[in-house]
Amino acid sequence: MNTPIPASVHSRRGKQALPGRMLRQWDLQLMAIPAVLFILIFSYVPMYGLVMAFQDYNIFDGISGSPWVGFKHFDMFFNSPDFWLVMKNTLLISFLKLLFVFPAPILLALMFNEVRNVAFKRVIQTVTYLPHFISWVIVAGFVSTILAVDGGSMNGLLIRLNLITEPVNWLSIPEYFRTILISAGVWKEIGFGSIVYLAAIAGVNPHLYEAASIDGASRVKQIFTITIPSIAPVIIIFLILAIGNILNAGFEDILVLTNNGNNAILTDVSEVIDTYVYRTGIGEQRYSFATAAGLFKSLINVILLVTANAAARKWGNQSLW
Amino acid sequence: MINYFLLLLLALVTFYPFWNTLVMSFNIGSDTSLGGITFWPRAFTTENYKVVFSNDQFFQSLLISAARAVSGTLLSIFFTAIFAYSMSKKELIGRSGYMVTAVITMYFSGGLIPTYLWMRELHLFNNFWVLIIPGLISVWNMIVFRTFFAELPEGLEESAKVDGCNHFGIFFRIVLPVSGPVLATLSLFTAVYLWNEWFYAGIYINNQNLLPIQTYLMNVINSNSFAEQMAQLTGTTNVQGMKSTVTSKSLQMATLMVATIPIIMVYPFVQKYFVKGVLVGSLKE
Repeated sequence: MNTPIPASVHSRRGKQALPGRMLRQWDLQLMAIPAVLFILIFSYVPMYGLVMAFQDYNIFDGISGSPWVGFKHFDMFFNSPDFWLVMKNTLLISFLKLLFVFPAPILLALMFNEVRNVAFKRVIQTVTYLPHFISWVIVAGFVSTILAVDGGSMNGLLIRLNLITEPVNWLSIPEYFRTILISAGVWKEIGFGSIVYLAAIAGVNPHLYEAASIDGASRVKQIFTITIPSIAPVIIIFLILAIGNILNAGFEDILVLTNNGNNAILTDVSEVIDTYVYRTGIGEQRYSFATAAGLFKSLINVILLVTANAAARKWGNQSLW
Repeated sequence: MINYFLLLLLALVTFYPFWNTLVMSFNIGSDTSLGGITFWPRAFTTENYKVVFSNDQFFQSLLISAARAVSGTLLSIFFTAIFAYSMSKKELIGRSGYMVTAVITMYFSGGLIPTYLWMRELHLFNNFWVLIIPGLISVWNMIVFRTFFAELPEGLEESAKVDGCNHFGIFFRIVLPVSGPVLATLSLFTAVYLWNEWFYAGIYINNQNLLPIQTYLMNVINSNSFAEQMAQLTGTTNVQGMKSTVTSKSLQMATLMVATIPIIMVYPFVQKYFVKGVLVGSLKE
């Protein structure tokens, strides 16, 4: 451990061996070390387990006994017909989320900021935060209720508006899956996501608005010239995080909206890397293969995150670290 | 004014699924499938809830979820807060090393399969603790706690130090009692997470008696013979007769509501705290 000697009482007593100094702060160390050990056991051991991507892992021999096979499973993954389907879905769903789910809370925060009636604002906020707190399982239940063929509100509404003549089974038509998935994502997180942006907006210097209104800038113009530039740093930070997650197109939301992946009609539009890892790994017990696919995803994510962060630091003077 | 209208519309769209499901859960199942149930039940019944609540499996799942949320929250908040307290002290030897170790796990992990196999090796399959232990130390919460503890005035701890307290004494007697808001916020988030999480149980647990409510729901929502299943579990012999009032769909609605209501009930009480919690959590480190 090459931590510099801390400027505490202990260090002034002259040079003491590291174990001795740690022993002196036994209480602090006792608070930290078990937690660090816990992290090592529950997070780092699985990271070590990633080496099974380079093995023909089998459960009886374990990692120490299974034969090494190099990049075999990566080759199999890249050359399988599933690869392009899975990559296409992953990137498409991610991109759609970046396009719709990411900016939605920013838009909502800007709208909230224009509301002068405090009570009205409170009520709307309370309602829109709520879906964040329910599970995706419940959301899937709601979605299937609203979209049901027999007695679903969506079909009822559309028939009454004469837009359709008979009920549509929305959830089993592949063309509609992405729209449903993205809409559910916006519905669930738009309100809660707006909190951070609202706080950023609250931190904007009010004098800027005064000066702007004296200059004759309209409310709409003030949004574009003052509010958005002021909260840009926060937006950039969250954008970096979103880009670092681009291959995490979703997991829970996709699983629950496809009956845990059992709705075969939807596979062509819904299978992303994470669900693929789940299906091949836990479903088909192809452990090494699934681990290789998962590792591929993590590596791309880390590279994207580092790149986005560097770009943000270079051009926007903003970064995560 | 367009702004107000759009916000109102959004709130309506957000609220409608909750309300619609509630309404359907109080409507006779066979009637619901005819359509047109939107804001009010047409053929009121409490039969759906009676069937749901007379199902032992359902109660067992509620119990498991409650046990998981309560014990998991207490343990996770306790151990994470202690860790965070030590990490807020500059004199902690090895602090930056510990920090790097912890933060890396926020960006990189072993992923699903290695974790799954490791849990098997640890004999956590079909074990209630698999629902709690993996989340015992939350690095995210640790950073929030740490930020909060680091901002506490230094003078606060002086008197305890003079009294000869060690860091455990300071933590329990001085720091925890003044940390109400951050404790409330993070406890809420942890409890909500534990109440809602369904995937772990889905892969790690086969034993029906250990399934939390959300996993149970996930299983039944996907089964078409929900009503029949329910009827069998409840011991009702007359499935045909029952189906006129209770259908698979109407039972789902009632079950969904029961799994949602605990969240809706705690939510207003802690809402005032969580905005602050979110903000501290989103600070960059």
